[in-house]
Amino acid sequence: MNKLTSRIDKERLFLGIAAPVLAIVAALVVTALVILATGKNPGPAFNDMLTYGFASDSQVYILNKATTYYLAGVSVAIGFRMNLFNIGVDGQYRLAAFFAAVLGGALTLPGWLSVLLILICAMATGALWAAIAGVLKVTRGVSEVISTIMLNSIATAIIAYLLQPGKLAQLQQGGTVVATKPLPSAAHFFTINTGPAGDLWGFIFVAVIVGIAYWFVLGRTRFGYDLRTVGQSESAATASGVSVKKMIVTSMIISGAVAGLIGMPTLLNDSYQFSSDFPAGIGFTGIAIALLGRNNPVGIALGALLWGFLERTTNHLEFQGYDKEILGVIQGVIVLCVVIAYEVVRRYGLKRQQQKVGAELAAQAAATTKKQEVA
Amino acid sequence: MKILYGMQQPDEGTITVNGEQVVFHNPGDAIARGIGMVHQHFMLADNLTVLENVVLGAEKLYGIGGKARAKIKEISDAYHLNVRPDVLVEELGVADRQRVEILKVLYRGAKTLILDEPTAVLVPQEVDALFDNLRELKAEGLTVIFISHKLGEVLSVADEITVIRRGTTVGTAEPSRTTPKQLAEMMVGSELPTPETAESTVTDVPMLKVEGLHLAQTDLDGIERIILDEISFTIHKGEVLGIAGVEGNGQSELVEAIMGMRHPDAGVITLDAADISHAATRRRREAGIGYIPEDRHRHGLLLEAPLWENRILGHVTEKPNSRGGLIDIKAARADTERIVQEYDVRTPGIDVTAASLSGGNQQKLIVGREMSHNPKLLIAAHPTRGVDVGAQAAIWDYIREARREGLAVLLISADLDELIGLSDTLRVMYRGRLVADADPATITPEELGSAMTGAATGHLEHTEDDER
Repeated sequence: MNKLTSRIDKERLFLGIAAPVLAIVAALVVTALVILATGKNPGPAFNDMLTYGFASDSQVYILNKATTYYLAGVSVAIGFRMNLFNIGVDGQYRLAAFFAAVLGGALTLPGWLSVLLILICAMATGALWAAIAGVLKVTRGVSEVISTIMLNSIATAIIAYLLQPGKLAQLQQGGTVVATKPLPSAAHFFTINTGPAGDLWGFIFVAVIVGIAYWFVLGRTRFGYDLRTVGQSESAATASGVSVKKMIVTSMIISGAVAGLIGMPTLLNDSYQFSSDFPAGIGFTGIAIALLGRNNPVGIALGALLWGFLERTTNHLEFQGYDKEILGVIQGVIVLCVVIAYEVVRRYGLKRQQQKVGAELAAQAAATTKKQEVA
Repeated sequence: MKILYGMQQPDEGTITVNGEQVVFHNPGDAIARGIGMVHQHFMLADNLTVLENVVLGAEKLYGIGGKARAKIKEISDAYHLNVRPDVLVEELGVADRQRVEILKVLYRGAKTLILDEPTAVLVPQEVDALFDNLRELKAEGLTVIFISHKLGEVLSVADEITVIRRGTTVGTAEPSRTTPKQLAEMMVGSELPTPETAESTVTDVPMLKVEGLHLAQTDLDGIERIILDEISFTIHKGEVLGIAGVEGNGQSELVEAIMGMRHPDAGVITLDAADISHAATRRRREAGIGYIPEDRHRHGLLLEAPLWENRILGHVTEKPNSRGGLIDIKAARADTERIVQEYDVRTPGIDVTAASLSGGNQQKLIVGREMSHNPKLLIAAHPTRGVDVGAQAAIWDYIREARREGLAVLLISADLDELIGLSDTLRVMYRGRLVADADPATITPEELGSAMTGAATGHLEHTEDDER
């Protein structure tokens, strides 16, 4: 019996790896075909991506990008584990980053304290914004998909209104850029100098801590078990004594709080202010990355790195004479392939398991009847 | 059965219809070959009329208007199904719905009918009516495959019986030359279990007291319907209280009210002298309520989670599943192994998903889990529905054992033999009220059945002129 369980485990591991590998191979094939269709040779393109992507300055760039994407992926994944589709991560992080930047610009405190306050402000803003959708869902039955999409637009409007000279922003660089007051240098997060390759953002450590916390809370705590129960079956969760409504609001709040962190690597390690060109749309990237990583903390990290890698290398492809739209094609195809591949592998695994259980029971039954015949 | 209807593909073997070997890829293929299935759980849209339900998905056959209505009339008359095409399905009783399901299948031109546990939801009188319908169908040259756990019914209606156990054909029998006992022995592979309990273990210590429970619900049309009406009863330690009734008369709501999943408008629930009327479900579980839900897939299991995670379900705050706020995976796994051993859950391991176990083994896992937390009260709603005879016997044993150990048991079932065999006290529920009580020692299923349709109330005595 022990032997069998270990075999199932090995098989599960194999199946777990099979899906993403299958997806990426399929995506490569489709991308190659697309490049061929544009009349260019895909071979050198892939070659260029590899050599350029693994250059040391690219590595630092990819890690920095992946830090942001990882936080976005985790934020979305928290909702996914609950069967909640938090599309509002995008609005949550932008609003959070904006208010955190405003607060940071106004602070004159010792460095570590102002960093802490900025982080708390960002998480609280994200959590509050997400909580609106959660409360609407449990009190009025509003689908979180609809409400978060609308909250995204509202967030955009709020930021546009407040990000004006004389409101919460000021003109900078000779009147060409509107931005919040820059953070005092004491409130900058630490970076690691890697020489000519550039600076590695210190926020990557925060991302790692968030990943570990995500794994621990979901997999090892009672709260996480309840959350996963609701995600798998609301009716079973209710019968088991979980308050589904409370759980929906709580998980939206946590998802929003993590979303609040998404803008922080950029704010605290790079731009030090919130301007009209603050990166937008990362919430949607987070959805793709959470799908890619199967809501698994390590999987999300790999997804985030892959995303950073693709962005870096396809940018460079443009200079080699390829179309820059290749990036969108590759990303879209990967997400599609991943979703399909996971479903195919999941069904296959389930069928295998049922067959195994059946075979095992038949063997047991045969054994007992034989024994009876002998006796 | 699923394979016959094209819902699943076989690994090997062949299906022959009318001497022709066929392969079904989906239910459409099966329907095209004249195979129709009446599911255990009805597949009808409540807010549509009978006519609309019947033509749904088969609009191409006779359209959706007068021609379809004429065809429905024709089939209904031919087999005496008495179906009225323009009534909303939500206004129909269970037996009528079942006839609509049969008609739906015939409308699609089925020559072979598969009926999956058709009598599980019917009272004895309705079962007889169904059997009359089936004999009509047979007389018209149709083939009927009748799947049931109930031996008496199979013997009375079938021309040939095939016994399947653990996925293989154990044997075939002719009803005229077989007794229920022989048939049951083929099914279990050993002696026939009966649901009878030994001498009474009822004490006079009340364990669960329900007083004046009232629940009303406003439906979509704004009409207030009373679902539970002045429900009061007491279950003592060591007592099994059985509640009989046709499904949909408030039994599920009663259970959910006791579990705290529904909030009654009035009434007091007392467990072991503590008022739990307003406690949360989790508090009630911790206070010692074990719960075997009527729909284990919806309320009792996480189908895609491994067995050991299912072992935690509903008892996440209790030992050995957690310590402090943390899940104790090692202890939970070890305890799952124990349950699998003690309760004879047939599985290759505790890492397989709950969905891959058979119904009986899923149910044994649930019973084992609920009994592992020293419950004071066990709520068993249809505990042996859809499980094989072997598991059924085991589950009856566990309920008896629970009773012997001084638990109070609330047993809700549609299987009247089970109710009569296991209960110390019997109540009949009809339209949200407890309308009758009976002594399980003397009552017969037929007498209970008439009370379940509202024909008899008060204390049921086993007398000849019981019908009144």
